[in-house]
Amino acid sequence: MKIEIRDGRVIDPRHGVDRNATLYIAAGKVAALGGVPPGWHPNRVLDAAGLVVCPGLIDVSARLREPGFEYKATLDSEMAAAIAGGVTSLACPPDTDPPLDEPGLVQMLKHRARSLNGAHVYPIGALTVGLKGETITEMGELTEAGCIAFSHADAALADTQVLFRALQYAATFGYRVWLRAQDASLARGGVAHDGEVATRLGLPAIPAFAETIALDTIFELVRATGVRVHLARLSTHEGVARVRAAKKAGLRVTCDVAIHHVHLCDVDIGWFNAHCHLVPPLRSTRDRAALRAGLADGTIDLICSDHTPVDDDAKQLPFAEAEPGATGLELLLPLTLKWAREEALPLPAALARVTAEPARVLGLDSGHLGAGADADVCVFDPDAHWRVEPSALRSQGKNTPFLGFEMPGKVRYTLVGGHIVHES
Amino acid sequence: MRNPQLSSDGQLQHLLTLEGLPPEVIGRILDTAVPFVSIAERDVKKVPLLRGKTVFNLFFENSTRTRTTFEIAAKRLSADVINLNIGVSSTTKGETLLDTIDNLVAMNADMFIVRHGQSGAPHLIAQHLSAANRSHIHVVNAGDGRHGHPTQGLLDLFTIRHYKRDFRELTVAIVGDVLHSRVARSLIHGLTTLGTAEVRVIGPQTLLPTAVESMGVRVFYDMREGLAGCDVVVMLRLQNERMKGSLLPSAGEFFKHYGLTVDKLKLAKPDAIVMHPGPMNRGVEIDSAVADGSHSVILPQVTFGIAVRMAVMSILAGN
Repeated sequence: MKIEIRDGRVIDPRHGVDRNATLYIAAGKVAALGGVPPGWHPNRVLDAAGLVVCPGLIDVSARLREPGFEYKATLDSEMAAAIAGGVTSLACPPDTDPPLDEPGLVQMLKHRARSLNGAHVYPIGALTVGLKGETITEMGELTEAGCIAFSHADAALADTQVLFRALQYAATFGYRVWLRAQDASLARGGVAHDGEVATRLGLPAIPAFAETIALDTIFELVRATGVRVHLARLSTHEGVARVRAAKKAGLRVTCDVAIHHVHLCDVDIGWFNAHCHLVPPLRSTRDRAALRAGLADGTIDLICSDHTPVDDDAKQLPFAEAEPGATGLELLLPLTLKWAREEALPLPAALARVTAEPARVLGLDSGHLGAGADADVCVFDPDAHWRVEPSALRSQGKNTPFLGFEMPGKVRYTLVGGHIVHES
Repeated sequence: MRNPQLSSDGQLQHLLTLEGLPPEVIGRILDTAVPFVSIAERDVKKVPLLRGKTVFNLFFENSTRTRTTFEIAAKRLSADVINLNIGVSSTTKGETLLDTIDNLVAMNADMFIVRHGQSGAPHLIAQHLSAANRSHIHVVNAGDGRHGHPTQGLLDLFTIRHYKRDFRELTVAIVGDVLHSRVARSLIHGLTTLGTAEVRVIGPQTLLPTAVESMGVRVFYDMREGLAGCDVVVMLRLQNERMKGSLLPSAGEFFKHYGLTVDKLKLAKPDAIVMHPGPMNRGVEIDSAVADGSHSVILPQVTFGIAVRMAVMSILAGN
């Protein structure tokens, strides 16, 4: 199969490419950019005039809800959502039911995902058995089964000794560990940022220093063990400052932010809007500004969707009882574009946060369009707008704070491994 | 963001919170309540303002006093009142909050009086009714989590106005467990809306919410300083489960620092009034000599509470 994506604005952040050109794809790989390969006879030509052609997006946190939560979403629905959103690779956290703590589960998930012929799925294994924070998992077996990193998702890991040993063990074999920095006891029972909004609404709150205290602990453990840690879902001003200082001091850590936290803050909870019940909680405007500044100066490496489809029944509850999370796979690109516009950022710099940077953190040779690379491509119209409505979302989760919003950026074609898996 | 309890033409649709309620609306409720106080003194304590209407008391959390006063208020307005203690009924069978509401809507409810342990539950119900085109059904928040207890706030305002009149010259102190108190939040919103000269909160850091100053209050940790020159002292109930553990060492130590005694009350103005939303813990937050003393208006609060709840229901029903 030979595909020619003609005359698009090709943006490949990793290679510093941003020019109008034609992308040639053959045998599932990028054959050439610009110059016609010898003897070229395309099977299909996609007209990309006026469109952006970039590497398929890589989302480092997307919950597919299988196994265990099929009533919230299925692999079928969420893989369809991924490619509709231009996402061609995704990492899924281990907080399924049962959690991804044994190789059989991981193999089954990989197998199911492959059979759907959509995005590449990279499971993240559970750091402890059952995410209970007591016994470390068989990280070696899990890695062989396909786990690319280990994490504790949003489950509390209160015992610092267990955390220390898990990091030691992971460091021994060079496994990557992803941690969300949150002191478990300070966060206990909390559902909103500890500030004016939670005080007014009478919501149990999580102080910002629950994050910084946990960061300090993690940094000490990274120093002690040499483990490679990725910090998931940074949320506070002070947290960004801590990570900036740690990186400056040479600590080998990377970090991400969820796209919702780039755009929203606790004020958006309004009168108890459960769609704004997220983990970590939406914090203050000052925190949001710091997260944006952290993205701008590279303290925060990348943006993810933290996709969490939740069924209506679990959202139609009083704020604190409503299940946290928002659907995000189909909003990752639009919200990244919206952020870039608001900050007057060049498109390549913005797209790097959802392509080249996540590839680097995941250790994947993807997220770029260099010759010979897997042809995972997203072709989108940056000027087309669409309205976020339940019917417009492929994801089974219709839970998003952005319902009713106009979004920039419509995905026209998604290619995975040189196959057109989505077009609209 | 439109206040969800007001209709597009500014009429009171639900009573969910005192936050953002215009002073005229609060004033109208208080004015409406005045004649209702005297109804209670008549032989026939009924008016036909809610005749033919069905009011559901939906109590997802235990309450005797609030439920009773709402029931009396509705009955004095000639409504049919159904009491449901859902805490021990459907939700324990797995029915969701909104399923319960839908069932009661099918029974042609006109008004829901809702008490719920979770902040925001009445808002959720009001939104649900509006999404289902049932906006003619009114929701009254009878206490939700730590968030609000607007009829308590209104009866507190009514009581203060009864004894003191002009809010713009008053200093009001709210003492004790502000963190967990929906009563305090509602009263603070009401007082600041009516232009109260100074609203103070007094308590230990463990019982004051973060950034509470942003609600327009002055914070005092020292009760003696906080009481100085006050016109009104509002004591909050301290729940039993807060008295031990990491919030407070003991009830005794709390009383020593923040209990209202005759001695401490002397620091307030000579004509200061003392209020308490009830039920009281004598010897924990308030000394019996104060609770039963000449400054106390705690029992009139209860009487006014019925009149204020009648006013709220009557206005919601379109009178």
